[in-house]
Amino acid sequence: MSASQTIAYNPDYDGPIISVRGLRNSFGKQVVHDNLDLDVRRGEIIGVVGGSGTGKSVLMRSIIGLQKPNEGEVEVFGQHILGKSDAETIEIRKRWGVLFQGGALFSTLTVAENVMVPIREFYPEMDREFRREVAKYKVCLSGLPPDAAPKYPSQLSGGMRKRAGIARALALDPELLFLDEPTAGLDPIGAAAFDSLTKELQQTLGLTVFLITHDLDTLHAICDRVAVLADQQVIAVGTIDELLALDHPWIQEYFNGPRGRMASAGKKVRA
Amino acid sequence: MSIPSDFVEETAENGAVTLHFSGDLSIASVGDLPERLRAYAGAATRLDISETGYVDTVGAWLVHRTARDMEAEIVGADDDAQRLIAAVAGADQATDIRPEPLNPVIRVISEVGEATAVTFTTLSGLVGFFGAIIVGFFRLVRHPGRVRWNAVIQRFDVVGVRALGIVGLMSFLIGLVIAQQGAVQLRQFGAEVFTVNLVGRLTLRELGVLMTAIMVAGRSGSAFAAQIGTMKLTEEIDAMRTIGVSPIEALVLPRFLAAVIMLPLLGFYASVVAIIGGGLLSWVELDIPPATFFSRIREVVPLTDVYVGLVKAPVFGAIIAVTGCYQGMQVKGNAEDVGKRTTAAVVQAIFLVIVLDAFFAVFFSWIGWN
Repeated sequence: MSASQTIAYNPDYDGPIISVRGLRNSFGKQVVHDNLDLDVRRGEIIGVVGGSGTGKSVLMRSIIGLQKPNEGEVEVFGQHILGKSDAETIEIRKRWGVLFQGGALFSTLTVAENVMVPIREFYPEMDREFRREVAKYKVCLSGLPPDAAPKYPSQLSGGMRKRAGIARALALDPELLFLDEPTAGLDPIGAAAFDSLTKELQQTLGLTVFLITHDLDTLHAICDRVAVLADQQVIAVGTIDELLALDHPWIQEYFNGPRGRMASAGKKVRA
Repeated sequence: MSIPSDFVEETAENGAVTLHFSGDLSIASVGDLPERLRAYAGAATRLDISETGYVDTVGAWLVHRTARDMEAEIVGADDDAQRLIAAVAGADQATDIRPEPLNPVIRVISEVGEATAVTFTTLSGLVGFFGAIIVGFFRLVRHPGRVRWNAVIQRFDVVGVRALGIVGLMSFLIGLVIAQQGAVQLRQFGAEVFTVNLVGRLTLRELGVLMTAIMVAGRSGSAFAAQIGTMKLTEEIDAMRTIGVSPIEALVLPRFLAAVIMLPLLGFYASVVAIIGGGLLSWVELDIPPATFFSRIREVVPLTDVYVGLVKAPVFGAIIAVTGCYQGMQVKGNAEDVGKRTTAAVVQAIFLVIVLDAFFAVFFSWIGWN
């Protein structure tokens, strides 16, 4: 296989969806990641937590190819994608969707048109009328009211903008969804509604979700496993109960601080 | 790779038509199936998807939509497909891709009306803002201790001193061009010596100050709007108000004073540099030595020309500062608005400067300063 050939997507692959090995990222003298390993299993919602500046977003950007790591290997769907060009990874990139922190919607396009952009980019041969239908049902599938589809992002509230971002991330029916702090800036009701939307979509569409968050409620409510970033590495991955059994000061403070205890109490009340 | 979707028609003995789908039903495999299904003229009563492979929401939507339009029933769906079809059926709601377009006649009328309203509110807003600056200025005159000298001096530096390089270069080149064009045209009458008059009077009376004002509007007027607009966005200005600091005193007046004081200085400097540029070209092209050139300048340029230039300059400076700060204070909402307001500040400042320049020209010739 020559270097410029497109990496094929293998639908029968059933290993870890994302596999990061020995990742190293540094900006100047500041080392963000050093020898970082992480596996994400098929069909799980993995929450990525860590203090500010521990490189949660950098990790996500390294996986989706927006940040070029100094060293390390990144496999997505069992394929090495680091150092490959956009043309080579196109089949892999079709299989993931990304929701950026602010939604990152194209401000000159309506919500429905935003959803149509990736479809037109990756499947230009699709019938126009059908593409419009797909955009419409994706908007409604993301929990937006039907009258939101012809609106511009500036006419939407923060929570609706996030949902529109999800609709665009789901445009290509991906298997893997990256969410960067999806509940940041939402009120508690909106955040809880977004959590249940994430869970619902994950179950209906069989998604694997890579979720960066600061929101302890989100972790308790929907995450199957939690990966903790500290000291330039993923220091632990597991369920919250497993993490609590570890004797790491940051983890203890994070989950057993006043906010952590409240969130966990809320989880028990809901359950 | 995915297997392309397809369907075959089967008519049972009792006349019931079933469409049997095959292959994958996914975004990557549907291909031209949507078009073919739309073109399909028969009336099927059953859609059989038991033979299909991988199904995603796009495939589920296609099946759901076909079933909806043909009033057919879906059979043979496995659990996953059923779940997806139920999900897309729940999301099947009437909606639009774009907002409904307005009637073009109404749109044109409403846009003209809106533009007119905006023009008048901007003008009255500018006048009101100018008034607020004057009030703030006299309050400062009564309480000189409140003047923020540091801020004022810093603005002098940014608006005036740091503009010397670019204004000087621009004026030098303009002086060269005026002299060169003048020499070419006047030579036809053998009157190339009048190039000196052209350079001296044009730069001191009009171009020196006008070009400086345009440059300062682009350089500092835009900066005023962007700085104050960003502070408005980050609620710095609201914070100032709550702790009793007047934004007019703290932000606007230093900029206003800097522009009003620096523009005459920059304008005079620009005129001098332009004359030097014109003199250089006259020396090279017309063999007029610098000493002769400058003594001719003193003879042909009346002192009133210098006054004309210098009277206009502070007014232009005030216009630039007022539009820049006013547009900055009008910023609302998001970062995009900062860009729009900055553009508006520069465009309005340059427009008003040129309009006022025309009025000044009429006024000065009326009072006999020709």
